[in-house]
Amino acid sequence: MNGDGVLTGEFFMMGDVACAEGAISAGCRFFGGYPITPATEIAERMSERMPRVGGTYIQMEDELASMIVVLGASWGGVKAMTATSGPGFSLMMENLGLGIMTETPCVLVNVQRGDPSTGLPTLVGQGDMMQARWGSHGHYEIIALSPSSPQELFDLTIRAFNLSEKYRTPVLVMTDAEVGHMTEKVVIPPPEEIEIVPRRKPTVPPHEYLPYRADDDLVPPMANAGEGYRFHVTGLTHDERGYPVMDAEAQERLISRLVEKIRRNKDDIIQLEEDGLEDAEVVVCSYGISARTALWPVELARKEGIKVGNLRLITVWPFPEERIRRLARKVKAFVVPELNYGQIVLEVERCAAGQAEVILVRHAGGDIHDPQKVLEAIRRAAR
Amino acid sequence: MSNEQAVNLKPETLDPKPESHPMNYLLREDRLPHIWCPGCGIGVALSCFLKALQKSGLDLDKVAVVSGIGCTGRVAGYVKLDSFHTTHGRAIPFATGLKLANPELKVVVFSGDGDLIAIGGNHLIHAARRNVDMTVICINNFNYGMTGGQVGPTTPTGAITSTSPYGCFEHPFNIPYLAAASGAVYVARWTALHVRRLEKSILEALGKRGFSFVEVISPCPTLYGRWNKQRTGLDQMQYYHDRGVIKHGIDPKEVDIGLHGEIIEGVFVDIEKPTFLDFYSRALAESVG
Amino acid sequence: MKYWRKPLDIERVEIPRGRIHILKERCKGCGFCVEYCPRDVLEISDEFNAKGYYLPRVKDEDACVNCGLCEMLCPEFAIYLDEEEEVPVP
Repeated sequence: MNGDGVLTGEFFMMGDVACAEGAISAGCRFFGGYPITPATEIAERMSERMPRVGGTYIQMEDELASMIVVLGASWGGVKAMTATSGPGFSLMMENLGLGIMTETPCVLVNVQRGDPSTGLPTLVGQGDMMQARWGSHGHYEIIALSPSSPQELFDLTIRAFNLSEKYRTPVLVMTDAEVGHMTEKVVIPPPEEIEIVPRRKPTVPPHEYLPYRADDDLVPPMANAGEGYRFHVTGLTHDERGYPVMDAEAQERLISRLVEKIRRNKDDIIQLEEDGLEDAEVVVCSYGISARTALWPVELARKEGIKVGNLRLITVWPFPEERIRRLARKVKAFVVPELNYGQIVLEVERCAAGQAEVILVRHAGGDIHDPQKVLEAIRRAAR
Repeated sequence: MSNEQAVNLKPETLDPKPESHPMNYLLREDRLPHIWCPGCGIGVALSCFLKALQKSGLDLDKVAVVSGIGCTGRVAGYVKLDSFHTTHGRAIPFATGLKLANPELKVVVFSGDGDLIAIGGNHLIHAARRNVDMTVICINNFNYGMTGGQVGPTTPTGAITSTSPYGCFEHPFNIPYLAAASGAVYVARWTALHVRRLEKSILEALGKRGFSFVEVISPCPTLYGRWNKQRTGLDQMQYYHDRGVIKHGIDPKEVDIGLHGEIIEGVFVDIEKPTFLDFYSRALAESVG
Repeated sequence: MKYWRKPLDIERVEIPRGRIHILKERCKGCGFCVEYCPRDVLEISDEFNAKGYYLPRVKDEDACVNCGLCEMLCPEFAIYLDEEEEVPVP
């Protein structure tokens, strides 16, 4: 390990551990969490590594505190992260909203498991995808990334930190128990090869600084507590000075900026992995572990002569609406395997707008998809 | 009898500018007058806090004020310091995050009884247990003021509030006892009337290493007071005057407040204990080096 | 002032004096300053501000000894004192 905490080398590493290492490589120096299967390993790894890299680990009394201690640490000037699963994710929603409203950069990792309620703590699920988008009250945009392997979990955690600093918003890493508990080869590059986006700091002196006056890309520079800027931050609807303003006009100004901040920069944020889409008649659209388990059915279907393409959503939110719309005009059908009873499929249906059929391969969770079921769905789609 | 140097005291002819108030440099004067009711004690507590801050000699750029939701929660919006108006009950963990990320900060949590003791109760006891270095000022006006005067965890048994129209039938928390039992190193209670002692106590609390807690009994004339035979701020101040008694060092378990009952004030706990960061760095130095 | 015995340090001791300033638009007429002034310097007047609150006024200007209690007790930051020349004990 070098001075930056980056554990350069090749490892046989569990997904959760890779996530923690990714955070450290991105510059995360604060972890506030609470144990929950299957995310506990992230906390355990952080409790061991944070002190060694000069960071702080604190185990809070519940997930509500975990989310907000991370916001506090971010305002204190440190990159901060928390990790949880379904039940904890629900508890974090209110403070996630505070993070979005106050534009606090931070990362929230959700290692999804069988839902709803206590569900299947040790088994995989993907049932929180809509909650990732709409879980907190009110209208907002969110960025959510979905890795399919421990290596990708490492890489996307770094990306999550970069996006959170660039757009001054909490970013979600929506992984699952399979990827989190899977052990695979993870290559950690040397620090000079890792891109880190620093926090955008104010360029004006304190008496001219307005905490929520945005630059041209709709993102305001962020001063930290203790730097002499004497700003006020509130979860109430506020104006550029950060002061609460109780009227519809202020609400419109603020919400439109928070939403446009993400929407306008979709091209920068959205990442997709495409394979064989040029002449496809059927497109398998999936994310996370379901994308990985769809690879074999796609291969089998191609051997049967079906022109099937693969579209993997690395970024699930914001949803790649344009891509789906354009594909819907060309292809016959989409097949969406997910480990829930239909969440992202609703987005695909919405964007396809009836121009292509959309077939869901649903699964309540607890196990990965049976490849035969996915293959049958592809065959049905090709008919 | 009268002195040669007669001093001209005719303030009606002088109309001082708002910014000439000696506390003005610590206030966001563009937001004054504040939203609190006439006779409300939050302004008094804020005034004592600011005075204590002036006397403490702390670097004001490094002072952060965190508050929750409620009438007292609005304090953060009026101080010209780095201030954070967070979610209901979560001021203390937010303050914990600030302090751990930047140990040079002096973090003060300023919030109300409903915010800190009800929804935030869990966070209060854990932060006190961990002895995170922060100062918590809890304004106790015996109800949830901002939302219209509902019963709260500190409402005395028998008191009328908007959600206890037949009289509160629950036992209230004894806040100093709770804070002391959770491990706070400094626990004090004062009323909004005893301003000099409150200011001194806040000054002590600010200088204390570890989790220090000051409860301030404060009038709420518009709601709690009106329904419990203390219709004005002056009535409640009179009550503090009549029934307030100072007993330093008394066992916090004895300081319950009954309806119109005795209010025991004073500094109840003042001890030394290693803070969370002390433990953290000491343990790490031993194992990690 | 009548003394049965003149204090030995009467030449040295001086009574502090204060000048009161009232920020009228901030006042909310709570009456704390009037009630708790130990020297009865203030009283509620007939004057009211834009919000309709009745303001205090100084009724006995010579009596103010700059104790600062009104300034500390005011919840609105609406009253403050300036130190004036100290005067000898009468």
